[in-house]
Amino acid sequence: MNKTYCLVDCNNFFASCERVFNPKLKNKPVVVLTNNDGCIVARSNEVKKLGIPMGAPYFKYKNELINHGVAVFSSNYELYGDMSNRVMKTLFDFTPNIEIYSIDEAFLDFTGLYLSDFDDYGRKIRNTVTKNTGIPISVGIAKTKTLAKIATEIAKKDKILDGVLDISNVYPNVIDNYLKKIEVVDVWGIGRRNSMKLQIRDINTAYDLKNMNLKDARKLLTVTGQRTVMELNGISCIPIGEVPDPKKNIASTRSFGRPVTTFNELSESVASYCARACEKLRDQNSKAYTIMVFILTNRFSKYEPFYANSAVSTLYKASSYTPDITKAAISCLEKIYLDGKNYKKAGVILSNIVPEENFQMSVFERYDPKNNKEESNIMKAVDHLNHVYGNNTVVSLTEGIEKRWKMRRELLSQRFTTNWNELLTVQI
Amino acid sequence: MTDPNNNRSLVILNDYVCAGFPSPADDYAETGIDLNELLVSHPASTFFIRVKGESMVGARIQDGDVIMVDRSLEPIDGNVILALLNGEFIVKRYKKKGSNIQLIPEYETPHSTQCGGAITVAREDNFEVWGVVSYIIHKSK
Repeated sequence: MNKTYCLVDCNNFFASCERVFNPKLKNKPVVVLTNNDGCIVARSNEVKKLGIPMGAPYFKYKNELINHGVAVFSSNYELYGDMSNRVMKTLFDFTPNIEIYSIDEAFLDFTGLYLSDFDDYGRKIRNTVTKNTGIPISVGIAKTKTLAKIATEIAKKDKILDGVLDISNVYPNVIDNYLKKIEVVDVWGIGRRNSMKLQIRDINTAYDLKNMNLKDARKLLTVTGQRTVMELNGISCIPIGEVPDPKKNIASTRSFGRPVTTFNELSESVASYCARACEKLRDQNSKAYTIMVFILTNRFSKYEPFYANSAVSTLYKASSYTPDITKAAISCLEKIYLDGKNYKKAGVILSNIVPEENFQMSVFERYDPKNNKEESNIMKAVDHLNHVYGNNTVVSLTEGIEKRWKMRRELLSQRFTTNWNELLTVQI
Repeated sequence: MTDPNNNRSLVILNDYVCAGFPSPADDYAETGIDLNELLVSHPASTFFIRVKGESMVGARIQDGDVIMVDRSLEPIDGNVILALLNGEFIVKRYKKKGSNIQLIPEYETPHSTQCGGAITVAREDNFEVWGVVSYIIHKSK
């Protein structure tokens, strides 16, 4: 069946959130730092032009940022999570078939929508989201998710397009011209390693990748990569809930066979999604900081009004330990669960994913003999050494030296939308 | 159970039977007053902002009050709005006649004839409506 996907992507999301409440930052360079004010996690367009790279350590670029008058903020997860919720809620009004992909991206399934002009609809979505929430977004519309992602990227960069690009119903050569402008590493699902393998075979752009032999693609990039090639050719084959870029996001979602009404049932399903998502995290040796939970009722129900909501929670320390993630997810669910509703779908999205090797001392942080054999063996060894050679022979670096359990966020803006004592104050 | 007087079976109803009239309050039984549900028509576009200053006392907005602002509403002549004028936040009565926009403070009560300090938005000004003020939350002291 012919599908049409629309990807909505917030522009410079974290920086944009700060700008809604501080309009003086509008055309000024803004950066947002990761947990513990360590690295740059978000840059406004002005900062990108200065050549300061994503992920750069803050201390290294601190002087340069001061010299260029760049406004620096710690990650205000409470604010960003709430603003994300508002964007998603606004999108729910446009189509019932929405798939939240990350804190600032969502796929809308336009398939079956009786529309004469997707571009027009896309523009309406863009204008409504920006007006209602203050967050600027880019919209890409195409026959597959992979192509929609590319359309959004181009809509974001090319000012003439004014934030919306619809390539769902254009001649193939029009798409090809766009694909020639995209480097293969920027194609959804193709990471750095795959792009290097591809470049050896002289496959450098998305256009080259599109024309790759499917058998070769499967051999070199596994079935996921093969699917990406097919998607570039307009064949939609990435199933709902499957995300080809697990280094960035891991989603675990499902529609229920029959409506779920109680908190207990919902939390059981949310817990199972967390378990699945954590398995995927551990499989790829990663940990996640941020957990987003969303729930929806049936959009088409005659008996009750549509209800959709999401909540975000961020851990002080990244984790792939199922109980940690589940606990955070259940606290999100508590914030959004309303009694007396028939829920049709729920989901968990993990983001802010970091490689495990960043956490040298993580092996010492958890000790639970019931749940994780490997961790408890390590703790057994530590205990044994301490027992034989005396206390504190082997000690976790993080305890005792300073109380590092609290995430450092010294440049935090106010929690304008979630804290009554931190509202935006205006002089009138 | 058998009626000893005439050998018929009697059915025992093992349940309660309501006697008397239904309560007139039953039709009006509700789950309580939830301000969020009643006052916030568009949660995604509704924001709470605290104000400092006296320029809108006549509009019943006092220093320290919290205003509820809805970004999704299109301002009409006479609304109180939160706006951005040349990068600064401003809360004033919005008056629109044709393409002419004025932002008017209300220091006194509406019955007063004084309305000094009206701002006319010029073409070279950077003007943007942030949202329409729908409710004012004032704590009784």
